[in-house]
Amino acid sequence: MAVQDALPGRVGSGGNAVLNDQRVRGVIFQVLLIVAIVSFAWWIIHNTAVNLRAQGIEFGFDIMLDSAGFQINQTLIDYQETSSYVRVYFVGLFNTLLVSLIGIIMATIIGFVVGIARLSNNWIVAKAAYVYIEVLRNIPLLLQIFIWYFAVLRLLPPKREAIDLGPLGLLNIAGWYAPSPVFGPGFDFVVGAILLGLAASFLIRAWARRRQMATGERFPVFWTALALVVAVPIVVYFLADALTKGAPLTMEYATQGNFGPRGGTRIFPEFIGLLFALSFYTASFIAEIVRAGILAVPHGQTEASFSLGLRPGHTLRLVVIPQALRVIIPPLTSQYLNLTKNSSLAVAIAYPDLVSVFAGTALNQTGRAVEFILITMATYLAISLVTSAFMNWYNSRVALVER
Amino acid sequence: MSDIQAESDLTYVREEMLAEAPPPVRDKGAVAWLRKNLFSSWLNGAMTVLALYVIWVIVPPLLNFAFFDAVWEGASREACATQQQGGVQPNGWFGACWPYIGDYFAQFVYGRYPIDQRWRVDIVFALFVIGLVPLLIPSAPAKGPNIVYMAVIFPVVALLLLSGGDFEYGSFIGIGEALASAAYDAGFWIDYALLALVFLGLAFAWAKATGAHALEPIKLVLVIMAALAVLLFLLGFDFGLESVPTSVWGGLLVTLVIAVTGIAASLPLGILLALGRRSDMPIVRFVCVVFIEFWRGVPLITVLFMSSVMLPLFLPEGVSFDKLLRALIGVALFSAAYMAEVVRGGLQAIPKGQYEGADAVGLAYWQKMRLIILPQALTLVIPGIVNTFIGLFKDTTLVLIIGLFDFLGQIQSSFTDPSWATPVQAVTAYLFAAFVYWVFCFAMSRYSIFTENRLRAGHQR
Amino acid sequence: MKKPILPLLAGAAFALTAASASAATLDDIKAKGTLQCGVSQGLPGFSNPDAQGNWSGIDVDTCKAIAAAVFGDASKAAFTPLSAKERFTALQSGEVDVLTRNTTWTMTRDTDLGLNFTGVNYYDGQGFMVRKDLGVSSALELSGASVCTNTGTTTELNLADYFRKSDMDYEVVAFEKADEVVAAYDAGRCDVYTTDASGLYAQRLKLANPDDHMILPEIISKEPLGPVVRQGDDQWFNVVKWTLFALVNAEELGVNQENVEEMKDSDNPAIKRLLGTEGSFGESIGLSSDWAVSAIKAVGNYGEMFERNVGPDTELGIDRGLNRLWTDGGIQYAPPVR
Repeated sequence: MAVQDALPGRVGSGGNAVLNDQRVRGVIFQVLLIVAIVSFAWWIIHNTAVNLRAQGIEFGFDIMLDSAGFQINQTLIDYQETSSYVRVYFVGLFNTLLVSLIGIIMATIIGFVVGIARLSNNWIVAKAAYVYIEVLRNIPLLLQIFIWYFAVLRLLPPKREAIDLGPLGLLNIAGWYAPSPVFGPGFDFVVGAILLGLAASFLIRAWARRRQMATGERFPVFWTALALVVAVPIVVYFLADALTKGAPLTMEYATQGNFGPRGGTRIFPEFIGLLFALSFYTASFIAEIVRAGILAVPHGQTEASFSLGLRPGHTLRLVVIPQALRVIIPPLTSQYLNLTKNSSLAVAIAYPDLVSVFAGTALNQTGRAVEFILITMATYLAISLVTSAFMNWYNSRVALVER
Repeated sequence: MSDIQAESDLTYVREEMLAEAPPPVRDKGAVAWLRKNLFSSWLNGAMTVLALYVIWVIVPPLLNFAFFDAVWEGASREACATQQQGGVQPNGWFGACWPYIGDYFAQFVYGRYPIDQRWRVDIVFALFVIGLVPLLIPSAPAKGPNIVYMAVIFPVVALLLLSGGDFEYGSFIGIGEALASAAYDAGFWIDYALLALVFLGLAFAWAKATGAHALEPIKLVLVIMAALAVLLFLLGFDFGLESVPTSVWGGLLVTLVIAVTGIAASLPLGILLALGRRSDMPIVRFVCVVFIEFWRGVPLITVLFMSSVMLPLFLPEGVSFDKLLRALIGVALFSAAYMAEVVRGGLQAIPKGQYEGADAVGLAYWQKMRLIILPQALTLVIPGIVNTFIGLFKDTTLVLIIGLFDFLGQIQSSFTDPSWATPVQAVTAYLFAAFVYWVFCFAMSRYSIFTENRLRAGHQR
Repeated sequence: MKKPILPLLAGAAFALTAASASAATLDDIKAKGTLQCGVSQGLPGFSNPDAQGNWSGIDVDTCKAIAAAVFGDASKAAFTPLSAKERFTALQSGEVDVLTRNTTWTMTRDTDLGLNFTGVNYYDGQGFMVRKDLGVSSALELSGASVCTNTGTTTELNLADYFRKSDMDYEVVAFEKADEVVAAYDAGRCDVYTTDASGLYAQRLKLANPDDHMILPEIISKEPLGPVVRQGDDQWFNVVKWTLFALVNAEELGVNQENVEEMKDSDNPAIKRLLGTEGSFGESIGLSSDWAVSAIKAVGNYGEMFERNVGPDTELGIDRGLNRLWTDGGIQYAPPVR
């Protein structure tokens, strides 16, 4: 095809003029392309069908309803060995989303801190941030996962000993045994107080804004909201404690069992290793994005803002950050997406994410490669597309409106 | 001043300049530098202390492990194990075990490539460096021949050297097989000649239909088919080299083969996809968008799983791809999608006037792209291409999950050797691996920054 | 048979394996000049590469014996390391000619996956390894323990069955690669390491202090391990099957690596038939008449193979147990060459 197109068309040198029309050529080329793609797809599907038949495998998704028969350690939803592969899928998906979500939060915090530190006029802080970025982003993520899981976490005490973190629970090589909350009868009131506080804060904010527009007077919205959302619920908590004779919230700690601590909320080391590797690695990219974003706001903006009499805090909040965010958000979203996709490397350290339990263990047990891999890819594709759609929407919202 | 005037009538005039006084102590030398850069405010001071503490926590233990407490000589695990673990080191010792890296170094580089054949790998490495270095130096002469060497001669020579050549081809249409009965190669060449004839006929028909001069398309087809024939002939020729199957390739060799092939395949494919995405033809555009977004939307590991367990199902019965080739296909398609987006960025950055100017002087589409647009667009995105390459280089580690022995995979597989098994083995090996990857990636990122600066200087004038 | 154009265009270079893998495997192997065996990625005693990349182990020897039977030369055997996930695909697609990779013979695999198990070169069962200082003496005391294992194997399912049956709770940590399982167990991430008992002995060698660990007496499953070939090629199936039988028969008849040449002159008709001095049994499976001689010369008889790779005198130190000949109270039994 490329052979034909590489020829310069000789317009007007006789012959069939129709074939020399750019549009006709376009149509012919596109038709040929469709034919090629369809026949290629048919060829692959045909081969797959023949091969599957030769192996005596029937293509179909009814296998998803069979019982899985294996155990998974970290499950956010109820799961037993007798559960179906559909449930395995959701266990994997939720584990992927969990590590991605927490990873995104951690990576953002670390990334912003390091990115701002990189611009600091404190020499040692700036250099340390520079070294962090250059080291972390130039070492493959998979290797970093191995280092966290097989080298760093190995320095923790063995299973039957533990570092006592006091109110935070116990920590050893088998993970972090965090306290798990037990909700008492009065806890509903506390939740209610928080929700009411949130609603009231929003109302007050709207009112304060209107008033400022009308009169120019300001109202300390932030402190009011803080009081409503934090202070009031604390008061309610102690009231409920006194009235219902039983703490609304108690913490259950892990106790020593035969094979190390038991009970509490268990955070698995696979999760910790993967989370740390993902966040520290992605943070090195986010830091560079943040730096570029801040540098992209011309210094004149700050000066102009000062000359208008805005205080440094307001300058940062109202002038610099909104403009920097416009540069930061698009690449930041694609880093979030990368982190989510990279969480599939969990398979290397036995964290039960989607790829590990569904495209890994379940696939191995059934030998049904086509169905399991198709579903896995489709899931990631859906996550990507939803994120891109959101990003496009956001971009169009914050895009510079030129007049 | 007033009392000077009081003593004399003459206005005082100083006759020589005062000598320059040294700056105050607090404004010069190390102290001032410290004040200005580290302790300009309380907050800054606190941050300095915090940063120093972080460095103190990380750096000395690392140095102790890697150098001061490390073992440099030894023959087996005893040298790197504590007495408790059956070795010679004092209990509680924790240091790197470098003799283990030394013992395994050759395997980390060559994998299980036969020892008496490793000179072939060395030659390939040398040929690669010879071609690459002048390509990277902007002022080095003869860029054209250099690119031809890297894009055509080097891959063929490398493939011949590494695998041993002497490939056999079967008849692929079936006519050759019928004519030449069992003879493998003869059947193939008969089929190949037939195919060439068919292409020639098509070219001729196209020329007739469009009224173009018939010689040009025919010449083109002949050149391409002849070049391909020479290539296939060379690969099929028996140079007397021992055949080395890809299953014994490993280590840095496999990492570099995957990375270099990936970039070499993804660049042209990425350019085509980027052009397709910006094409006026709706179907072409649609196909390219779907292709690009699909590969960018899924994690590489699922792509590798697909190529390792699904690709064999896609092929007709009895046809199988080499395991390394399957991974290469996956990596190349995956990075082509990313490359396409980088190239698209370059295409978008070219002012519209360039496109219109090319159209105005009557250039056809491919002429316009080849002569006007792509040279400018590709130069613009060299940093982006290098960054994609860095990503690809790091991503090559993922092939160990599908059971190929790349550099990291080879290192991991050495952990199974009981003669070096100690608790420090893995830490030492990972430290070594991290260093090697870092050197490669950091060098590439420096190069990317170098080109970026050079380009910016060119634009600023 | 037509050859599609794709391998030519997409990868003439590597797709040299595009030759037929379906019809006559034996002819293809002879034409190719090498026997491609799928082995594990590193399991001492079964298939393990050393620093120079030389493979050794009982599975490797099985492959060498087949290569010797086919070519009269054990060095024609080539090895492809495969993960648990890839092994069946690799065999089905013809990437390897025979899978000699500690693979358990199960009904699904023998039927659904289009494979044929040719026999058993090692009778195994799933066991548990724990640290001695844990103070556990039976698998039934493991309630609440965390267990490291390989994903995608029968091991994982047996484990789930066993704990469910015994009404014990546990926490599983399932890795893709055996090395990672060992590393995690050794570091203390898990209390228990479970895999085939032979694997436990083999992997124990990789631990920092092998003497601190013990293997529990319970064997919770049947794991007959043996070479596997594709379904639908009976001739190749016979070659692999009878090479294995020849090694077992050789031990039973007292033929070993050293005396195999002298034994050719033996008066025992069974030995004569095995070694090809009487009858034409080699020819009937498409090999030369001295096929068994070559195989025995290359790796010894079954007993020698066992002793050399996994026996009590090796680092693994596994007792022959079930793998004794039937005449010695084991269940290794081969049909006669007749």
